[in-house]
Amino acid sequence: MGAAAIPFIIFTVFWGAVGGVAPFFVPKGPNRGIIQVLLALTGVCCWLFWLCCYVAQMNPLIGPQLERDTFLILAKQWGKPIQNLTDIP
Amino acid sequence: MGSFFRSEQMSLAQLFIQPEAAYFVISELGETGTVQFRDLNEELNAFQKKFVNEVRRCDEMERKLRYIEREVNKDKVNIPDVRELPRAPNPREIIDLEAHLEKTEADIKEFSESAVNLKSNFLELTELKHVLEKTQLFFNEQDEAANGLDNKALITEDSNNPIRGGRLGFVAGVIKRERVPAFERMLWRISRGNIFLRQADVGVTLEDPLTGDEMNKTVFVAFFQGEQLKSRIKKVCSGFHASMYPCPSSIQERDEMLQGIKLRLKDLEMVLNQTQDHRQRVLVSVAKELQNWSIMVSKMKAIYHTLNFFNVDVTKKCLIGECWVPLKDIHIVQKALVDGSSSSGSSIPSFMNIIATQESPPTFNRTNKFTRGFQNLIDAYGVASYREVNPALYTIITFPFLFAVMFGDVGHGLVMLGCAMYMILCEKKIASYKHKGEIVNIFFAGRYIILLMSLFSLYTGFIYNDIFSKSMNVFGSQWQLNKSETVGEGGKTLDPFYYYKGTPYIMGVDPMWQFAQNKIVFLNSFKMKLSIVIGVIHMIFGVFMTIPNYIHFKKYSDILLQFIPQMVLLCSIFFWMVVMIFIKWFKYSSIHGDTPDVIAVGSSCAPSVLIYFINMMLLKEQGPVEYGCQKYMFDFQPVLEKILIVVAVISIPVMLFGKPLLFKMTHKNNVQKNGAIPSNGDVHQRQVQSLELTKITEQTMENSETNGNGVDKDVANQEGEVVFRPSSHVKKETGDDHEEEAFGDVMIHQAIHTIEYTLSTVSHTASYLRLWALSLAHAQLSDVLWTMVFNKGLTVNGYVGVVAIYLIFAVWAFFSLAILVLMEGLSAFLHTLRLHWVEFMSKFYAGLGRAFQPFSFKIILEEEEQE
Repeated sequence: MGAAAIPFIIFTVFWGAVGGVAPFFVPKGPNRGIIQVLLALTGVCCWLFWLCCYVAQMNPLIGPQLERDTFLILAKQWGKPIQNLTDIP
Repeated sequence: MGSFFRSEQMSLAQLFIQPEAAYFVISELGETGTVQFRDLNEELNAFQKKFVNEVRRCDEMERKLRYIEREVNKDKVNIPDVRELPRAPNPREIIDLEAHLEKTEADIKEFSESAVNLKSNFLELTELKHVLEKTQLFFNEQDEAANGLDNKALITEDSNNPIRGGRLGFVAGVIKRERVPAFERMLWRISRGNIFLRQADVGVTLEDPLTGDEMNKTVFVAFFQGEQLKSRIKKVCSGFHASMYPCPSSIQERDEMLQGIKLRLKDLEMVLNQTQDHRQRVLVSVAKELQNWSIMVSKMKAIYHTLNFFNVDVTKKCLIGECWVPLKDIHIVQKALVDGSSSSGSSIPSFMNIIATQESPPTFNRTNKFTRGFQNLIDAYGVASYREVNPALYTIITFPFLFAVMFGDVGHGLVMLGCAMYMILCEKKIASYKHKGEIVNIFFAGRYIILLMSLFSLYTGFIYNDIFSKSMNVFGSQWQLNKSETVGEGGKTLDPFYYYKGTPYIMGVDPMWQFAQNKIVFLNSFKMKLSIVIGVIHMIFGVFMTIPNYIHFKKYSDILLQFIPQMVLLCSIFFWMVVMIFIKWFKYSSIHGDTPDVIAVGSSCAPSVLIYFINMMLLKEQGPVEYGCQKYMFDFQPVLEKILIVVAVISIPVMLFGKPLLFKMTHKNNVQKNGAIPSNGDVHQRQVQSLELTKITEQTMENSETNGNGVDKDVANQEGEVVFRPSSHVKKETGDDHEEEAFGDVMIHQAIHTIEYTLSTVSHTASYLRLWALSLAHAQLSDVLWTMVFNKGLTVNGYVGVVAIYLIFAVWAFFSLAILVLMEGLSAFLHTLRLHWVEFMSKFYAGLGRAFQPFSFKIILEEEEQE
């Protein structure tokens, strides 16, 4: 349990690039400053949002509670069908 | 970012304009729309102002234009839109225009008058014609009866006694159809039933010559006996506004009369058509120019209205006005002055003079069509104080983001994106519609806000893994099933230790949760923590925004006495909560084992952050825990918490007393040094402005030299002589007047501020929980809509199912749009607005300014159009 390095690096680099690097390449013009701030804020907000979601699921304390039918369908779909049950329609 | 981070620098300028050039100069300035004039004649009433006659003339012309427009609209002549707005007319052209308008108005009036005359004539003749035609029938019947009588009377004919022969008198006329029953009853009453009334519908609708309304009329003939009744009937007729017509009693005469009338009618019709044609021609030719004229007149009126703001010099040789100008636009104003002077042909140049003032200038944020919507959101709360940090800049991203946290759903986001893209792609077309209605206008003005909100909703929706409440399994769920499973009747809860692959779903919520029965338990905990994290960071950001303000207004002491204690208070309590949330996410998992180390971080030992937080605030020890668990997440946590609480408590008195004490100390010092107390800031500001002024003057000198224009040089010379004069209208703002403020006031002010801030850290943090509540509500509502409505359609089998799904989809789509996108969208919008206005902006934003309202023809014409 824990974080996988690759997704973490990918997302951090991606949003880092949007928020930290892209602002330097905004073409000159009257709105340059505005666009820079927008990019930086977008990067921060989106990265934070993704991060919270990722970290919150890193160490699950509870697991999903599935109904029996859902469970059986899942097992079938994922190639591990449950054989020893006879009362499945 | 310049002008959007802070409002633009403004300066108060005095304009010295030659009377003959004044009109042209103001016209140029109105085209550019860069200056806001101050009314220097506020104390005068409307009639004492200099250009009151001109304004009145313009009013008169506007009245004439309105009259002409009404007439044009009455005849349904199309008024073409002008593509290019005409400039304000030359004062000499005004007389021509005025004469032309007068002539046109008189023409149209004459036309309508003669048309009314002709039409009423026509109406009378038509009515008479109908009377003759319709009464024919009645008379024929009567004649037949009379002939029968005559035959009998052949034997004893007595032509001298017409009454005896049964000859009746009659009155014929025309009356409005709706009056007939009452009329009939009245005739019955006055004659006690001795009047015989015949009536017949005219059959065609007639036109009222005055109003142009349609009327239905009825022809009547009343037969009676005796002169007395006749006069009575006539009275009744006039009382009922019935028009009576002479009707000869013999057939021959009637026929002749009918022929004559028909002939006259024909002639009249021809005359009428000709007048109508002529009128039409005049109106069409007027309609072409009408729009141009009304724009020209409005511009002219605006110019004279503005000129009324000006003072007249003692020598009456020049007009003096004061105006606010953005520093960046001074060269535009100067160019307008030069252009205006040269187009008036005056040899003496007009010039401007920048004056120092202590009055705070209006706030002007230069916006474009993208930023305007966001600026409006901020201005709706309060226009920024002059040169204050403008939250609109950050709002452009944080607003759509917080909205999307509540609205996160890819499906609903796409619907919204579609609407926004439509409004943006058809921008020009929609903007050119004149009468859009208020609601459409609001949505259209916010089209770029909607665009960004929808884009962020797509992102957050993707992270929430919600598309109309369904999930996508893009990266592969991180939950797995093992071989040889068993499952009981009641389903199964997957234990993370066995079923979880170890690393989270790459991006967003794992799709497995979508069909978990305990989905809400998971989402609750996740979204609640998420909203606290986002909220605390948003507020910290807001407190940080005070720094640029303190630096700009040179209140460096406030950084130490305000910003730092505020930040310490917020961070030591609430940011600590965020840290605890993250520690819990990292440290505890549902690991199984027997060693104490493993048990201590297992799921049964995971503590509640909220309990920690409450105990920390109440200074209580953590309660007893289960076997094998530890009371705290790490050993020095209780110590750290104590320190944080102490620091937070200390920061409150610093906030409360720091500023007043400093004020008292500096206040004393100043008194000792100077006796009188000058305000430091004021002196400084004046210096800054003088620096700016010299810069501008140099710049304009350069400009004019490069132009090489004679007039320009004159202006530049004048500019060179610009001297500082205090404005004649310096108004001191009592609010900023620290000289008058006593220690007690500062103390009270600071106490209120401190209490407000301290309480607000708690209440505002709690307020951010609306992010959690609304996003959960949105997700649940769309889930319910799916299972209760759309799922019903999906479960119907056979051919009936095809029809059912077709119909049920319509219902589902309607409710998705109306409730989930529109209503939930509006509610999320309002909550986001509140989070910005109250929770974010209250940290740094004063919003005590007034907006810059430039004198601009464009704005004036737009306002007129809206009315």
